[in-house]
Amino acid sequence: MNVDEVDLPGLGRRKDFMTASGRRIGVVEYREGQTELIVSTWDDPDTCQASIPLTADEAATLGNLLGGQRLAMQLSEAHREVPGIVTRQFSIGAESPFHDKAMGDACIRTRSGVSIVAIMREGEVLPSPGPDVVLHPGDLLVAVGTQEGLDTAAGILRNG
Amino acid sequence: MDPLALTLIELGAVVFCLGMLARLAGRIGMSPIPLYLVGGLFFGAGGLVKLEGMHEFAHLSSEIGVILLLLMLGLEYTAAELVTGLRRSWQAGVLDLVLNFLPGAGLAVMLGWGVVGAMVMGGVTYISSSGIAAKVITDLGRIGNRETPVILSILVFEDLAMAIYLPILTATLAGVSFLVGLQTVGISLAVVSLVLLVALRHGHHVSKAVHSENSEVFLLNLLGLALLVAGLAAAMQVSAAVGAFMLGIAISGATAHSATRILEPLRDLFAAIFFVVFGLNTDPRTIPPVLGWALLLAVVTAATKMITGIWAAKRAGIGVPGRFRAGAALIARGEFSIVIAGLAVASGVVPPQLAALATAYVLIMAIMGPLAARFVEPLVKMLRPAKPRVVGAA
Repeated sequence: MNVDEVDLPGLGRRKDFMTASGRRIGVVEYREGQTELIVSTWDDPDTCQASIPLTADEAATLGNLLGGQRLAMQLSEAHREVPGIVTRQFSIGAESPFHDKAMGDACIRTRSGVSIVAIMREGEVLPSPGPDVVLHPGDLLVAVGTQEGLDTAAGILRNG
Repeated sequence: MDPLALTLIELGAVVFCLGMLARLAGRIGMSPIPLYLVGGLFFGAGGLVKLEGMHEFAHLSSEIGVILLLLMLGLEYTAAELVTGLRRSWQAGVLDLVLNFLPGAGLAVMLGWGVVGAMVMGGVTYISSSGIAAKVITDLGRIGNRETPVILSILVFEDLAMAIYLPILTATLAGVSFLVGLQTVGISLAVVSLVLLVALRHGHHVSKAVHSENSEVFLLNLLGLALLVAGLAAAMQVSAAVGAFMLGIAISGATAHSATRILEPLRDLFAAIFFVVFGLNTDPRTIPPVLGWALLLAVVTAATKMITGIWAAKRAGIGVPGRFRAGAALIARGEFSIVIAGLAVASGVVPPQLAALATAYVLIMAIMGPLAARFVEPLVKMLRPAKPRVVGAA
């Protein structure tokens, strides 16, 4: 992917790329540290239809959502040969009883047979997380298991 | 009345009125500069009320206003941005200089104001208002647009051009001989290069010298140093404004950002007083005779800025609507045109009509610029409807 990086003197930097559908999408990083998501209009790729200010948390969550999707797609591809195995993503909300607790406390594998194969955090992937990994709000867990097992795991993460 | 009481009442009334004008400007989404100028015209020389009591304070404040305006202009871009800007967009910068300096200079010669008048008016019509342009780009949500770096790099070039132009202007205004003038220009060019070099290599040392976590200490350090440098520059015949500007460039990185934040309210106050004082010293009765010329100059220099922007954006591979947006964003003239005219008027070697022409011109351009930037896009869209994109074969 060809990402353009341009200096904006006095303001910051713009990083963006052209999508296959002809829209320009990217971010503006201000000198003061704010981030803005920018999307061009459909008829003029030079202009911006939206520039959405994002807090650090929001930017990290958006990165997880997009990155997690890709990881899940790759995993599904890998598990296609095994019937009955599904990949699903769980996000840890601030209301989850396990936020700021070690993942082992939830005993997901014991109770549902589901494996957490990766955690997406702030745009980075933690592969094969151990039971000691502490869950943060905004984390995206990538889980592999049966349909029923995943439903059970979702219940555990939501309600304890 | 007690002179102190009179001064306080006048100053209070003026600053309060400026607040109302700034609020009005914010309401209708325009730059407050033209309103400040009009406010100044109403009072003072030839106006409704003569403000005698605040004269001394206003004079000094407006000097500080100029110093702060230039200091913040220097703070706006880092030395690295200035150098890369110069390297990458000097062609557009030179075109901008030629196209926009000549109309002002030409008119001054036609009106018989001589070389000095031409120097001044050329500067007035050349320099875009980076303040208005930045505000327009932000307000219209165009920071992520592809033409925005083109606009900014032209502003960066103008910024550097000011560093060379202002010493030349001060030398011309002082009426020094050609040789002495050349010497002054040589010194200032050397100083500019030296400051850029120091800022690039050792900018953090300068920053460290003024920086403090305590905002009070920081403000006093910064303001004290700015006035000191400005005063020394003035003593060396290199214009106080240039000294402040150089200091701004030398301060870099995080210190520059916090300096901008901390100086902004001070700049707003003193710059507002500067604009009012400029208006005060201009007799409103001198404006109608030059209004026709101001309008003509406005139309011509709006077109030349438009051409500059279109050409530069085209070179950067930007589509037709973006080229027009780039041109229109550059049209506004404002604070620095008044700074240049103010320096000229203070020297007393230019005819009073020059102040009137500069005032009328900036009034028109500061109002027209943001309007042009806002309406150029729908206008271009209307004139050349976008081709609907065919999605799939449906």
